[in-house]
Amino acid sequence: MTERTPTTAAAADGSGAAPAPASVAPSPRLVARSAHLAYDRRTVSESVDAEIRDGSFTVIVGPNACGKSTLLRAFARLLKPRSGSVLLDGRELAAVPPKEAARTVGLLPQTSTAPEGITVAELVSRGRYPHQGLFRQWTTADREAVDAALVETDLTGLVDVAVDELSGGQRQRVWVAMALAQQTPVLLLDEPTTYLDIAHQYDLLDLFARLHLQGTTVVAVLHDLNQAARYATDLIVMKDGDVVATGAPADVLTEQLVADVFDLPCLIVPDPVTGTPLVVPRRR
Amino acid sequence: MTALSPRPRPRPRRVATARGRRRLTTIALAVVALVVAIVALGIGDYPLSPIEVVRALSGGDGFASTIVLGWRLPRVLAALVFGAALGVSGAIFQSLTRNPLGSPDVIGFSTGAYTGAIVVIVTGASSTLGTAGGALAGGLLTALVVYLLAYRGGVQGLRLIIVGIGVTALLHSVNSWLLLRAQNEVALTASFWGAGSLALVGWPQLVPALVLIAVLTPLVMMLSRPLRQLELGDDAARSHGLGAEGARLALVVVGVALTAVVTASTGPIAFVALAAPQLARRLVRSAGVPLVAGALTGAVLLLVADLVAQHITSSPVPVGLVTLVIGGVYLITLLVGESRRSV
Repeated sequence: MTERTPTTAAAADGSGAAPAPASVAPSPRLVARSAHLAYDRRTVSESVDAEIRDGSFTVIVGPNACGKSTLLRAFARLLKPRSGSVLLDGRELAAVPPKEAARTVGLLPQTSTAPEGITVAELVSRGRYPHQGLFRQWTTADREAVDAALVETDLTGLVDVAVDELSGGQRQRVWVAMALAQQTPVLLLDEPTTYLDIAHQYDLLDLFARLHLQGTTVVAVLHDLNQAARYATDLIVMKDGDVVATGAPADVLTEQLVADVFDLPCLIVPDPVTGTPLVVPRRR
Repeated sequence: MTALSPRPRPRPRRVATARGRRRLTTIALAVVALVVAIVALGIGDYPLSPIEVVRALSGGDGFASTIVLGWRLPRVLAALVFGAALGVSGAIFQSLTRNPLGSPDVIGFSTGAYTGAIVVIVTGASSTLGTAGGALAGGLLTALVVYLLAYRGGVQGLRLIIVGIGVTALLHSVNSWLLLRAQNEVALTASFWGAGSLALVGWPQLVPALVLIAVLTPLVMMLSRPLRQLELGDDAARSHGLGAEGARLALVVVGVALTAVVTASTGPIAFVALAAPQLARRLVRSAGVPLVAGALTGAVLLLVADLVAQHITSSPVPVGLVTLVIGGVYLITLLVGESRRSV
């Protein structure tokens, strides 16, 4: 699962729909095909193509307002494309029954609200909603999923603490745990590290990498290119609502691309710890 | 990481204590409601001890049974069930709007029901059924208008409250205008209805209301879990597979229907829907606004308020006045508390 071969030979031609090499040929879990993504009157992407390889750790990067969160929302079924399509395992996402989709794709939203006074265990257990019926009682499977999510996020010591009393880093782990309790093979993360200090950022990224190693397909929107390069198997680079490059970070992340997309002259050197591309801005 | 998370504690027992304590408080509330009900059934010109009340309820001797079952039970049952319905309705709206002020009476449904009742009374069709029908129509129409005015591709809590307060103010002036134009006796009848009272509730008025509430109860139970998911924010709720806007509309309809049924039967009874869920939340220390505890608190609150209304002075006053006084004090406390917290 950790191989870093690029999925597309020509990564920078702006087309994310290029076929994967025949020997690998994993069918993508999520696909956006000529998707027109828009809120009320504002179009974000005129026609965007992107796909999420099964078992990948895909990171979507791009400047502010480039449409990366919007693409993620489309994958999360929060935004229906005006035209074109978004597919989950080859089926039109909008046509998949909501609870079934929610058992396949989980989301860590950018903002969530915790009801006043709710405890960590209670909040995490609400991630079980897609697995529950109208009147169905709490089952052993539910309890095991919640327990596993709490262990994974290192929250076992805080289960009965009110979420309001936690620090920002702990609170974000609770939301991650809620998404994990949903037990989805695909996990979408919308800027999961925003507002966290650097140690907590890497704690979370390590957790996501661990989940990826265990077989979860992880898709994250990140701002930090160096973190993206360090953790991603696949990178999707966006600008002005379009995908401008896809592939392994080492292939995609070039000085020219960073200059074009972010308007930032830079030097790219190997990360002394991991060997992945490290973006070092030049003096302007 | 390790510095942030204290040493692991035995989880199952701790959660069990938190849930157990809540369940215990909820049961205690139910017991209180039952005890107050039995006491209330014994109070009156012909006082009965709790034991005599229980014996009469289980079909005992003639006269006590007639008093308890025929005269006092409808009123006590009405207070319990209507109080519970108002408590649930308030809990639904406060949870949807994420605001302790977001109760159906603040949002204007009760005032709208009053307008509907006045129109019926003034136009001379003032049978009990006609008044109830007018109130029902007025309440539902107001709810619809408020919902549509607050709708912008979805309904948000604060917008609903502010639009509701505006519509309430408007309807208040309409009500005054209608009453000023009406003849004296008609205005008096309307005013009496508008004060909100359980005095005229007997079995014939109570049974249809009970049937309607019995129909609404399973709907509330079905919607309680979607309500809890909506508390997490729309994105999280929808990513869990909930149709957020549809669930919200269903909850609004059920919440309005509960208040409308009560208001049609008794006239507007203020503040039970506002205060009961918040009191319950503090008592039970629940996550979010509790439905069951809110219902029980509403039941106790309205029953006690009605006892006060009947016996505080030599001549009974409408219970709506008592809840108005209690509620006014409560609202001031709430507003002072909120403004302190936000400063």
